[in-house]
Amino acid sequence: MSILVDENSKILVQGITGSFGARHASLSLAYGSQLVAGVTPGKGGQKFENVVPIFDTVSQAVNETGATASAIFVPPPFAADAILEAADAGIELIVCITEGIPVMDMMRVKEALRGSKSRLLGPNCPGIVTPGRGEKSHGGCRIGIAPGYIHKRGNVGVVSRSGTLTYEAVFQLTALGYGQSTCVGIGGDPINGTNHLEVLEMFNNDPETEAIIMIGEIGGNAEVDAARWAKEHCKKPIAGFIAGATAPPGRRMGHAGAIVGGEEDTAQAKKRILAECGIAVAETPSDMATTLLAHWGK
Amino acid sequence: MNIHEYQAKELFDRFQVPSPRGAVASTPAEAEAAARQFSGAKLVIKAQVHAGGRGKGHFKNGFQGGVHLIESPEQAAELASKMLNETLVTVQTGEAGKLVSKVMVAEAVDITHEYYLAILMDRATSRPVIVVSTEGGMSIEDVAHNTPEKIIRQFVHPLLGLQAYEVRKLSAALGLSGDIAKQFAKLIGNLYKLFISCDCAMVEINPLVTTPDGRVLALDAKFGFDDNALYRHPDIVAMRDKSEEDPREVAASEFDLNYIGLDGNIACLVNGAGLAMATMDIIKHFGGDPANFLDVGGGASKEQVTAAFKIILGDPNVKGILINIFGGIMDCNIIAEGVIAAAKETGLPIPLVVRLEGNNVDMGKATLAASGLNIVAASDMSDAAKKIVAAVQ
Repeated sequence: MSILVDENSKILVQGITGSFGARHASLSLAYGSQLVAGVTPGKGGQKFENVVPIFDTVSQAVNETGATASAIFVPPPFAADAILEAADAGIELIVCITEGIPVMDMMRVKEALRGSKSRLLGPNCPGIVTPGRGEKSHGGCRIGIAPGYIHKRGNVGVVSRSGTLTYEAVFQLTALGYGQSTCVGIGGDPINGTNHLEVLEMFNNDPETEAIIMIGEIGGNAEVDAARWAKEHCKKPIAGFIAGATAPPGRRMGHAGAIVGGEEDTAQAKKRILAECGIAVAETPSDMATTLLAHWGK
Repeated sequence: MNIHEYQAKELFDRFQVPSPRGAVASTPAEAEAAARQFSGAKLVIKAQVHAGGRGKGHFKNGFQGGVHLIESPEQAAELASKMLNETLVTVQTGEAGKLVSKVMVAEAVDITHEYYLAILMDRATSRPVIVVSTEGGMSIEDVAHNTPEKIIRQFVHPLLGLQAYEVRKLSAALGLSGDIAKQFAKLIGNLYKLFISCDCAMVEINPLVTTPDGRVLALDAKFGFDDNALYRHPDIVAMRDKSEEDPREVAASEFDLNYIGLDGNIACLVNGAGLAMATMDIIKHFGGDPANFLDVGGGASKEQVTAAFKIILGDPNVKGILINIFGGIMDCNIIAEGVIAAAKETGLPIPLVVRLEGNNVDMGKATLAASGLNIVAASDMSDAAKKIVAAVQ
């Protein structure tokens, strides 16, 4: 089943003609994803790689192609507007890759999306991958910037704030022969569209997902909220890793949201609470998959 | 990004948040002129550094205290000459202290009561929150610990903004009335405007004071700004004082490297913030001590790797380097070539462990092996961490 997207999901890319958007649109096409449209205001009528039609607006793209998911590769000053445009056009899953959006812009966007049928993932996230069943997982839905070839279709759900740490976990799982149902990058910003808890709920309800890896870091309560929910409601084994045990207090560690606010959002506090909630906590980032497998009884 | 007290006052003045009268001075003559400007008032002179504890600090030239009452304009000049271009050491600056290039001459106010007032972005609710307390002038963490009921929070709707009834609630929570309540209402409305207009992460006024002559003033302020929004605030960027920052971090920012200096002896260079934090953690796990956080991002060009090497090698504490790259889209062989080119330019006097994984990794490893440089290859993160910890021992 997977969650949120699968091999049939029709996706569009906002910012397809920028160098970053173009590179990753190309990689998604190569991965076999259903990239059906691109949007760059002013470039409507052109074609991306001679195949994908480009439109001036998201509404036009949706009307013409039936796309239901969007990847946003738009620079920070214009990204909030791009998110709102996608929601207005009825996009069901908005994946905002952009890093560097002002926090107050996201505060306003998040309020505006309340009650909307659109789900926002990110911003400042690597995106989402439901692996395909082809060679090196070809044929899956790849929205964002993750390397497709490391994935394998299977039964482990992965949810994470960090891109490269997700790739580590996926790589470890695939190497051990365990594939992934869907890999969700929720991103590193303090105000975002989707948190760990919501993804765990989706994995819990997904028949294809049998076990879960949850990756977090210092700053905020997302991981402990998810852990407390999981303790009461999640039927599936979860392994977790929290980065930032050595981060000095008060410093922003790369991600805008990776800053220790108090005692409760340190790595140590989070690891302790995760363990109390029955989540197997990996000691090091190289043990994420093995920790899950041991906890899962494999 | 931090700003000085006199810059905080500039922002307050711009948004009409009342604070004691004051002027900044870079020379003893300017300090004297400032004191004359405010003649008749009780005055203090304060060293301008990005650190607290100035009053109890000492200068390296032997002069005691970074905050002094002034008896006369001539004394303002004299005190300024003892502080300017001298290094002030406080409990917050560490032993190295901070160079004082400016002082502020300000009105010393008598205080009837000290309150606490802050506005910050609350992650959990994705809203601004206004925090007030009658217990100002002390550590708010202590108040939160001992008398949490004395901390009152008001969340503000992100689109509606601060409403009059919300201000009345805050005023009532602080027990204010009459003209003082009116002044407070104006102050907090203006402070909220400042918070939003300047894309602040936090503004903290501790203490906010009432005075015997019936004024409400912000006596001390701490600002935090949203780094993501600085592109639209060139005037705030202009307030940056690089001399107050870690020189390694200043150098790194010039190459778009995300770098935070720490105290350890094993330097890291990683792609991705989460992986970079995890790399520091795993070094510590195996008994080492990370010297820095460094995220080269998705690019890691040869120029950036070279710049990163130079900063790392310029740190006298560093005894070894760990490079940990998960090449997702990034080609591992390109990373390998970048590392070799950088090492040949800067020289490589200390152990280097490189862990590469992902796209084109086999070619990357072969390139490193054939380089003739003393580069130790690692298979996974645990292997890499153990090897570098052993190498620096």
